[in-house]
Amino acid sequence: MDLKDKLLSSFMAFEDTVDVNLPVHEVRTEAIKNFEAQGFPTKKMESWKYTSLKGLLKSDLSVFPKKETTLEYKDVKKYFIHEIESYRIVLVDGVYSSQLSETSHDGIDVCLMSAALCKPKYRLIIENYFNKTAEADGLTSLNTAFSKEGAFINIPRGVVVDKPIQIIHFSTGIEPSLMLQPRSLVVAGENSHVQIIERHQSLTANATLTNSVTEIFANKRAIVDYYKIQNDGEAASLIDNTYISQQQNSHVSVHTFSLGGKLTRNNLQFFHKGEHLDSTLKGVTITDRKQHVDHSTLVHHAQPNCESHQDYKGIYADKSTGVFNGRIIVEKEAQKTNGFQQNNNILLDDTATINAKPQLEIFADDVKCSHGCTIGQLDDEAMFYLQARGIPEKEAKALLMFGFANNVLESVKIPQLKQRITKLIAQKLGVDLGFDL
Amino acid sequence: MLKIKNLHANVEGKEILKGINLEVNPGEVHAIMGPNGSGKSTLASVIAGNEDFEITEGTVELEEEELNEMAPEERAHQGVFLSFQYPVEIPGVTVTNFMKTAINETRKARGLEEMPANEMLKKIREKSELLEIDRKFLSRSLNEGFSGGEKKRNEIFQMAMLEPKLAILDETDSGLDIDALKIVANGVNRLKTKENATIVITHYQRLLDYIVPDHVHVLLNGKIVKSGGKELALELEEKGYDWIKQEVAV
Repeated sequence: MDLKDKLLSSFMAFEDTVDVNLPVHEVRTEAIKNFEAQGFPTKKMESWKYTSLKGLLKSDLSVFPKKETTLEYKDVKKYFIHEIESYRIVLVDGVYSSQLSETSHDGIDVCLMSAALCKPKYRLIIENYFNKTAEADGLTSLNTAFSKEGAFINIPRGVVVDKPIQIIHFSTGIEPSLMLQPRSLVVAGENSHVQIIERHQSLTANATLTNSVTEIFANKRAIVDYYKIQNDGEAASLIDNTYISQQQNSHVSVHTFSLGGKLTRNNLQFFHKGEHLDSTLKGVTITDRKQHVDHSTLVHHAQPNCESHQDYKGIYADKSTGVFNGRIIVEKEAQKTNGFQQNNNILLDDTATINAKPQLEIFADDVKCSHGCTIGQLDDEAMFYLQARGIPEKEAKALLMFGFANNVLESVKIPQLKQRITKLIAQKLGVDLGFDL
Repeated sequence: MLKIKNLHANVEGKEILKGINLEVNPGEVHAIMGPNGSGKSTLASVIAGNEDFEITEGTVELEEEELNEMAPEERAHQGVFLSFQYPVEIPGVTVTNFMKTAINETRKARGLEEMPANEMLKKIREKSELLEIDRKFLSRSLNEGFSGGEKKRNEIFQMAMLEPKLAILDETDSGLDIDALKIVANGVNRLKTKENATIVITHYQRLLDYIVPDHVHVLLNGKIVKSGGKELALELEEKGYDWIKQEVAV
């Protein structure tokens, strides 16, 4: 029995663990059919040409953890941005950890998806938003079918959330290899403002495959800043599907910092439902060994007068590979669109690979769309200049790489988070540079 | 302090330096002059350790230590400083961060603790005033979008921060208007002590009106063909290089 069959047959067992009488269960049953029809993506599909899941989709993956584990805060504190006050939603092997979390129902809802899916007071929100912007491809459908737990964030109209929200998914290695399907929903009401930091963290050398789906809805004039820290262990792989639906005058930014993990695939899709809004997609990717990081972005301009800004920086060493597939669609109605895409890559070794593919599909005639893609090496002259000032080779390289990634780092709005990411990057590069960016 | 003996160097297999001998003592200012393509900038690059150039013969020593096999950063740690003719633009790295990194890496290499932040700031303030550098300038990306004059002032600012034993100024006067030239020269003069030495590489006599050399050398076709006092520079200004070429030919 392969993994697909195993998942299909375990759906019945999954149904025993949820309330099948809720309307959301219809969405799940629809989704499992979808998954059955489509299965997992293969390299034959255009959007998966450069990323193969073959090695990861093994039938020995456990689809439900059999035991529960508890973690002590002191042991995992370092994975939080603990220097700041924050709300926290923490899942351990896919199960909510009340001990590590700090939820809220005080004017805002920062809580669990499982609660939101079954409590009557959230029924309307779930009906209006759940699975409303997610695509129906195989992987997303699989997640939808098994959707049960994750983060649920509901910010009512006009609320500026007083502190950032951290969502952390830990995997403890309780099973030799585990597949997780976290499902999250963020609804930002009109004029609201929320900052979210998300992290997937495996705590052992056991394999984890996470197939995550997050839906984000930004209503009129809402501001959502979303940060993804992808610095997982060597045996952890992540397929991150994030779908964003924006109403008029909203501002949504997603920053993705991909430093760790075995294989990471980011499907990040923005859908425009109103005018005068803007979308920001930025990322820094630094890989080595045999890591693989794939950014597949889509900005769907369907309304006039909107802007999108993409800026992805990638640095690839050893035998690592990167993919940047940046798609911008500008519909006929989306006049006066301003779409900007920048993707710069540095290959540190001959053995490293980047597949970069900007894809602009423009059907409107009065638009400004630009894209720039570069692939290069570190500049020898710049290296000599820095070294001649007493900066050793390794540090000089790191300094140039920081400079290269700086545009993205600079736009992180939470200073402590920026500092942490700077540190993680320095760690990744094996240097200790005594400065703050 | 600096001893160069029979130095030969190639770039891409072509010999550029063909047996240079030069000795610079503490407290001295040497000027190296010569027409385009005579090897002036190559000499500067070779002393600083640019790996594009290959030393095929001879030695470069600083205070009895041979530099030949040292990486550029090790030479910097020994006290060599090169003011670049064309300072490189480094986007995303501010002047301040660059300076902090350079100073602390140098201190690390010398077995010293990192410089405390307040001391660093004080030093940065002091030295930027010496070069009449605006504060805002320090938080800009290194050399990016700087004018020619700003780049050169920034080079001397770095020199002031790093306090080298041997400073080599490679065509520091090129691209400078007279006011900027005076600021740069004044900076260099103020940094002069009995313990350090300066080599000024230049095309023109102009800079030497402000940074007065003790010795002037003429570099021609990869060799020092004539040495003298500061009056040699004036003579070159007046008569050009042809008479030396003729002298050498004879």
